[in-house]
Amino acid sequence: MSLGVKSRRVLNRLLQAVPTIFGILVVCFLLTRALPGDPAAYFAGDMADEASIEQVRENLGLNQSMPMQFVGYVSDLAQGDLGVAISTGQTVTQELAKRLPASLELTLAALLLSLVIAIPLGVLAATRPNTWVDHLCRFLVTAGVSLPTFFTGLALLYVFYYLLGWAPPPIGRLDMMFLPPETVTGFYTIDSLIAGDWALFKASLAQMALPVITLALFTLAPIARMTRAAMLQTLASDYVRTARAAGLSGRRVLVTYAFRNALLPVVTTLGMVFSFVLGANVLVEKVFAWPGIGSFAVEALVVSDYAAVQGFVLSMALLFVSLNLLIDLAYTLIDPRVSEEE
Amino acid sequence: MNRRNFLKGATTLSVSASLLPLTQLLPRAAQAATDETAVVVFGGTINSLDIHRSGTNRASYQVAINCYDRLVSFGTKKMPDGSLSYDFNNVQPEMAESWEISENGTVMTFVIREGATFWNGKPVTAQDVKWSLDRAVSLGGFPTVQMRAGRLESPDQFKALDDRTFQITLPFPSKLALPDLATPIPIIINSEVAKANASPDDPWATEYLHRNPAGSGAFKVSRWNAGEQLVYERNDDWACGPQPGYQRVILREVPAQSTRRALIERGSVTASQNIPNKDAKELAEKDGVKVITTPIENCIYSLCTNLDFEPFKDKRVRQAIAWSIPYESIFEQAAYGQGMPMWGGSNEVTSIAWPQKSPYEENLEKARALLAQTDYKDGFEVPLSFNLSVADWAEPTALLIQQGLAKIGVTATIEKIPGANWRTIALVEKKLPLHLENFGGWLNTPDYYFFWAYIKGNLFNSYNYDDPEMTGLIEKTLDMEVTDPAYAPSVTRMIELAFEDIPRIPLWQPTLNVAFKEDVDGYEYWFHRQLDIRPLKPA
Repeated sequence: MSLGVKSRRVLNRLLQAVPTIFGILVVCFLLTRALPGDPAAYFAGDMADEASIEQVRENLGLNQSMPMQFVGYVSDLAQGDLGVAISTGQTVTQELAKRLPASLELTLAALLLSLVIAIPLGVLAATRPNTWVDHLCRFLVTAGVSLPTFFTGLALLYVFYYLLGWAPPPIGRLDMMFLPPETVTGFYTIDSLIAGDWALFKASLAQMALPVITLALFTLAPIARMTRAAMLQTLASDYVRTARAAGLSGRRVLVTYAFRNALLPVVTTLGMVFSFVLGANVLVEKVFAWPGIGSFAVEALVVSDYAAVQGFVLSMALLFVSLNLLIDLAYTLIDPRVSEEE
Repeated sequence: MNRRNFLKGATTLSVSASLLPLTQLLPRAAQAATDETAVVVFGGTINSLDIHRSGTNRASYQVAINCYDRLVSFGTKKMPDGSLSYDFNNVQPEMAESWEISENGTVMTFVIREGATFWNGKPVTAQDVKWSLDRAVSLGGFPTVQMRAGRLESPDQFKALDDRTFQITLPFPSKLALPDLATPIPIIINSEVAKANASPDDPWATEYLHRNPAGSGAFKVSRWNAGEQLVYERNDDWACGPQPGYQRVILREVPAQSTRRALIERGSVTASQNIPNKDAKELAEKDGVKVITTPIENCIYSLCTNLDFEPFKDKRVRQAIAWSIPYESIFEQAAYGQGMPMWGGSNEVTSIAWPQKSPYEENLEKARALLAQTDYKDGFEVPLSFNLSVADWAEPTALLIQQGLAKIGVTATIEKIPGANWRTIALVEKKLPLHLENFGGWLNTPDYYFFWAYIKGNLFNSYNYDDPEMTGLIEKTLDMEVTDPAYAPSVTRMIELAFEDIPRIPLWQPTLNVAFKEDVDGYEYWFHRQLDIRPLKPA
């Protein structure tokens, strides 16, 4: 029974996403066109004259009326064709397929690292308020929030690459000596393991280290704060008091009763953090020459590369619809009450 | 073994690539220090391997330079500081081993180099040259415009007389025709390969050549990961010049300038292309790095006064602006002292060298006196615009100009315009009253610069300057041989007019700065400002 209800709910959620995504398509289409600047003049190049600009405009299909352009865009989209990103000369599909995994690999690794540090830290800080652990937590949280990622990135680069020489040259996902592994997931670390190439795995991990630490410092803050606050709240709640009074072991009270209940707001925060880390990625990608989706989108936006911007927004919209769905599903796993609402 | 030694020791391709483990570009254990791989970092991105495609950006021109041959090229000259530069006045053979120009100057006959082959082994023929030049004049966009500068406009002008003889017919003689054939545009493409990959919709194989170069040049592209890197591999059968010093050159895109600087300073990379003046100045003092700085020919960073803007219609207002600029501090603070000052010259034009110093300098009394004679003696307000993608020099320059103008009662408000909009607003619509501009002409003659910058309607005349005498002089000199007795007096007059009317106020001639590891030799400056990797070699 519960499976049927659950899958119906998932389906329902997916259907609800359709108008949202269509709305995003329309808004994004209109917004890109509303940007000042003329992509035809830009892409026609340095010495272009009137005629050659006009020719480029025709090639780009920008000489048609807006509704016609939109119809063309949607019908291409229905066939899975996202168009060509002129600024990079590749199809948008190729760009996304290559860059999204690059960004996700970085983001997910950073989230994983920050979770591993932030959650125990938040729990410890909540259970031992005003001790050194709590102060450490407060320090890391303040530092993480107040240091901009490009600054942390540059500072880490300066110390660990420039001064100490521990980190490899920050020139992208792999050192010059290596070729990327055969694509399975698009994550170099995972693909190199699938290929069984340890040297390659180490190399890609080495390239990731500094950007991941940079991002993790940034994402650690909200997660640790939220864990600490939620834990404080649940620890002060009636059911924890009851559990304690019933003589349950401290460990059991902490993990089963307090922590599980504190997880809900943490998971919500995690969803939000994920979304803004994908945004914050841009700066880290620039500093570490990481060929990710953020730098691609910014460059595309700067030169009014319509197809690229639209493709990026669309993929982000899809990503977030599925992310929200995943988080909702996670709720039902953590808190049985959520699934019984209907 | 640290990374630096590792890179040094990484020898290659005496072992063929197929012997290497799949995921490694270089054999890790190879230690013999033959230094055959160079790593170059740059801030742009390569967006196509075909220079003729519409939308191909400037950084991608280097593929045309390194992977293709043209009929002719330029020789090399030594600069006063000992560095090397191409020599505009010395056209040298590339794919053409010799050529003849008819008595009346309109028919050019080229003999294709014997034994020259494309990468796939097919001999280079005059038919290939014809197909390639036809393509350049037919595809439209920038290639067609650049070809037109050399009076090369229609496929009818190109004829393959036999396999090794190629003929160009000009509508009238022009001194720009031969040098225009040495620009990156008129590359020679393997027409057999291209035609095999063309379609009725795409007769010029733009889709195929976009990703797959088919040339005869010194380097092949062995790998292109768009947005990340391009790997050049030497073509050992190259017929058109001495063998390049590097077996392989890896070109990596590193967007952050500070990262590029760290990489070259640490010695992780061989070269960093086009570095800002500030870094050029500071890196030059470091050990292990050498910076080569060359003034960019036929290029001036200028302040332009738009004649559509009411106050600037009065010549005296424009002159007053030119007298109010703090040139010296701009040169120190915005250019970090790199480049050639373009102010404080003599009152009389005595040479036709271009660029040359204008007679203006910072003289507030003169500026105020001139302004007092006009309707604008109480000052006026004007927006001062610059292109955000060149903010590294334009922003400090604009601020200093703003201060200078304030001293003569002109209130300038600074407007920053995003790079993508710049072309449309500044160059196409030409509606910015006061703006900073950085045009440089590829073909190094004054008339060519003036053609783009001082004829009404032309792209880099972003200030709507229109003077019948100037237009007449430019049209007269554009195709004229520089040795013609009428040439020098006409150009002198053009320069006099430009300084008298001063719609474009010269600030300084910029430089192209490239940083190398100390042990790299052979770098040569080129007007296209891209890195020609062919002459580079490890010392």
